[in-house]
Amino acid sequence: MNRLTSKSDLERLQKELASRKEPERPVVTLCQGTGCRAYASEKIHNAFKKELASRGLTDQVSVKSTGCHGFCEQGPIVVILPDEICYCRVKPEDIPEIVETTLLEKKTVDRLLFTDPVSGEKFARESEIPFYKYQRRVIFGKNRLVDPQNIEDYIALEGYSALAHALTEMSPDKVLLEVKKANLRGRGGAGFPTGIKWETTRNTPGEKKYVIVNADEGDPGAYMDRSILEGNPHLVLEGLAIGAYAVGAREGYVFVRQEYPLALENITEAVEQAREYGLLGKNILGSGFDFDVKVKRGAGAFVSGESSALISAIEGSAGEPRPKHVNAAISGLWGKPTSLNNVETWANVPLIMKEGSDWYSGLGSDNNPGTKIFSLVGKVNNTGLIEVPMGTPLRTIIYDIGGGIKEGKKFKAVQTGGPSGGCIPEEHLDVPVDFDRLNQMGSMMGSGGMIVMDENSCMVDVAKYFMQFLMEESCGKCTSCREGIKKMHDILEKITLGEGCETDLQQLEDLAWIIENTSLCALGSTASNPVLSTLKYFREEYETHIKDKCCPAGVCKALIRYTIEPEHCNGCGRCKKVCSVDAVEGNKGSPMTINQEFCIRCGICQEACRFNAVLVE
Amino acid sequence: MYKDTIDRVMEKYQGNPQEILEMLLDIQEEEKYLPKEALSCLAEKLDIPVARLYRIAKFYEALSLKPMGDCQVHVCTGTACHVRGAPRILDELSQQLGIKAGEVTPDQSFGLKTVSCVGACALGPVVVVNGEHHGDMSALKVSKMLKQYAEELKEKEKKQA
Amino acid sequence: MITLTINGKKYEAQKGQNLLQAAIDNGIEIPHLCYHEKLPPYGGCRLCQVEVTKGEKVELTTSCTYPVSQGIQVETETPRVQKARRLVMELILTMAPDSPEIQQMARKLGIETIPGGFPSSGEKGDDCIKCGLCVRACEELVGPGSITFSSKGPERKVVPPFEEEPESCIGCGTCVHVCPTGCISMEDLGRKRKLERWKRVLSMKVCNDCSSAYIPKAQVDYYLKRTGDPYLAEWFDLCPDCR
Repeated sequence: MNRLTSKSDLERLQKELASRKEPERPVVTLCQGTGCRAYASEKIHNAFKKELASRGLTDQVSVKSTGCHGFCEQGPIVVILPDEICYCRVKPEDIPEIVETTLLEKKTVDRLLFTDPVSGEKFARESEIPFYKYQRRVIFGKNRLVDPQNIEDYIALEGYSALAHALTEMSPDKVLLEVKKANLRGRGGAGFPTGIKWETTRNTPGEKKYVIVNADEGDPGAYMDRSILEGNPHLVLEGLAIGAYAVGAREGYVFVRQEYPLALENITEAVEQAREYGLLGKNILGSGFDFDVKVKRGAGAFVSGESSALISAIEGSAGEPRPKHVNAAISGLWGKPTSLNNVETWANVPLIMKEGSDWYSGLGSDNNPGTKIFSLVGKVNNTGLIEVPMGTPLRTIIYDIGGGIKEGKKFKAVQTGGPSGGCIPEEHLDVPVDFDRLNQMGSMMGSGGMIVMDENSCMVDVAKYFMQFLMEESCGKCTSCREGIKKMHDILEKITLGEGCETDLQQLEDLAWIIENTSLCALGSTASNPVLSTLKYFREEYETHIKDKCCPAGVCKALIRYTIEPEHCNGCGRCKKVCSVDAVEGNKGSPMTINQEFCIRCGICQEACRFNAVLVE
Repeated sequence: MYKDTIDRVMEKYQGNPQEILEMLLDIQEEEKYLPKEALSCLAEKLDIPVARLYRIAKFYEALSLKPMGDCQVHVCTGTACHVRGAPRILDELSQQLGIKAGEVTPDQSFGLKTVSCVGACALGPVVVVNGEHHGDMSALKVSKMLKQYAEELKEKEKKQA
Repeated sequence: MITLTINGKKYEAQKGQNLLQAAIDNGIEIPHLCYHEKLPPYGGCRLCQVEVTKGEKVELTTSCTYPVSQGIQVETETPRVQKARRLVMELILTMAPDSPEIQQMARKLGIETIPGGFPSSGEKGDDCIKCGLCVRACEELVGPGSITFSSKGPERKVVPPFEEEPESCIGCGTCVHVCPTGCISMEDLGRKRKLERWKRVLSMKVCNDCSSAYIPKAQVDYYLKRTGDPYLAEWFDLCPDCR
């Protein structure tokens, strides 16, 4: 491949790629995101190749790996174009049937279609499935069309046109103005306006400036950045290059968690390909603009997602936050002006350039333009990554897209914003979700995790879970965060053990105040949100733990016991077989009993029982 | 030997102390952990106090100063996995392997560790063994999974022998 | 020079200075533990809280990390500042309950004992408050960098690398002098110097005249290596009293 040296070179390539496309030709697309890979989608890829070869169809049907489609729960996902027939949970042994029925006879294999868990209805096309139907996938949508390891796939879909347009027809100031007008807000947490950040970097004097992609996605329960970087890395690179042009940076970094090996692989490959095509490096598309990118690995510390800690990590030291009276936009990496945004934010930039700020701000709600990708997970029927306009009500997300609560159970809360966020109860389900409304409810957008909890989730346990997480992930530099979170955790632990006392809740509130007001970085100052929000909406549950020594959700081990209902138990002995401490007693054929003295409350007997005979008290 | 690894790493990053984290990750990949001697040797070559490397090695979850076991079992403790029962799975693994999270079995075959969210939330609860994701885990599936890896280890040993 | 207001009175400060140092220079007391004028501000102990008004923004902040700027208004004793300081001090006190220095400081802030309300931090404190002054002084002021932080969160502690005797420690005792809680001990036992906390034992150099063991040999070697001055070796043959 020759380097592209001008905008018209790029356009010529795009035309050529388009002319090579045969719209009627069947294409089997296979999701190769981490979720589907976990379900052996690579084997399916090979099975298709083999089956097509054995039938002599290799020349007539293409097989293509794509990025994550988002509906990870149903993986591995196979979509057959051009009809968009979508098969879920495909196994290698299903491939001959798919080839026979769908590719040759043009019929669907009904048993592999998505079946709505509530209504039982089946859907053939991907776009008809309720999970997708209510989404607006302007950022994430291309994931399913491109092979992330092939830059030409991205270029064919008008990729890098936004960069070419910006470089040849817009001044950096104009690019900046457009992003400011679009009012793009940072997708990584607090929603700070990206344009203002860029402007500060641009206006700070200095020869060297940097742009950084924060792909150290650490919020537990959120993985959209992983999926974008894995599934469409060029989208992020294009956004980054546009941003670099706007702020005047010639060097960029992508900082990726080492726990995301596929994202690392794909972004590293993408950088190399972009360089080869002249879309990174010296004199990009003949514009005179030089820009190159380095990929750096994080090594597993939640705190390095905090911007100043991430900068420390890139500089090669233990990632501890620094005092932030001087902004990274002014003095960041190696003391130079630095614009740092997360993956999803950068991925929004090409779209704004292409469609314009007016179009962009027409999406979403007041002062919250655009879409947001959420990871809808937990006790909800359809789990996966979803993209909706800002301002979509929680109810639409959880019930229309998510298909409601698993096993017909009762909704209890949805946790948003990761460890900095909070739990939102049912009474607020109709609130439109955006940065500002979530803050008003005592939660946060964070990076977009949305963990649904049902009646079997204990809110004190959830609060303790987050305090444990934050305690372990606190860098330990400042007293308030290090000591304060530990004390909050210890109090919560005491409550879950049934040793709580009346004054505990007041103490939790005092500790929350000091952590919120005197911590060094955002990890600390938002750390008490999970406790404060559950105290606000679920205080009764705390009180039940303290006063009645009872865990209504049946989670806190010290406060529950497992028993066997004799009427339902037929004495099959499965529970006895799986119990590792021999606490289940009885003879085969007659109802079993649990010896509470030995029982460690692991719950495996309940999991093993097929007759719902094991109860939690 | 770690000395060759360090020479390679020093060359790859041109001895640039700003690349310490990358260097340590590379050394760990080759040596499977960070031997003390390797850190001392690297510090000497970079002309920095070994304390600085020690601190980084103790700070990041992915770096380990101890051998980690041939088969590394990582239990994801992300929120989505937590509410879907990750603690039960961890208990079961711990019970069956006879070690706590963060420990290695006496024969060095299995290492058990909790890891923060691996970003496969829709599959929760997730256990990652030697980089392979096992989604939709349950305490019941634990023994089968461990058996499978134990057999793989045995076969590997046979081959080596 | 910059003019700023502290507690209603106007003061002058140098450009680029941090607020805590400006207050100290002007004789205003703000309790602090992890700050040392010879080291860059760190912001670890969180004790030196003040309230700063800049334009319309009022914020509670640590003064050591706050760069002074023209016209800011600083309050060091508002109820909010006092509450923050007291609660932070309570957290610090649970780490160093037996340190007379910390006890005295706590008493000044009106805290008599470890507050009954808060559960103590589990194992009995070793009086280290993890302020990092010893670590920073060792690396940034003296140079050897023989001790460091290990781990994260509440597990964080100050140790020599691998928690073994640090060969690079020269026994200068700077860590002992900067420690605000007095939790690092240094003992001279005849011809040996011992720093218990770091498991470090050093041989002492003996004065050619009076035979007193007055400086660790490692410290002399370090100075000679650093300065490269051969005449200095002779200088160290005599102790300060005999020179």
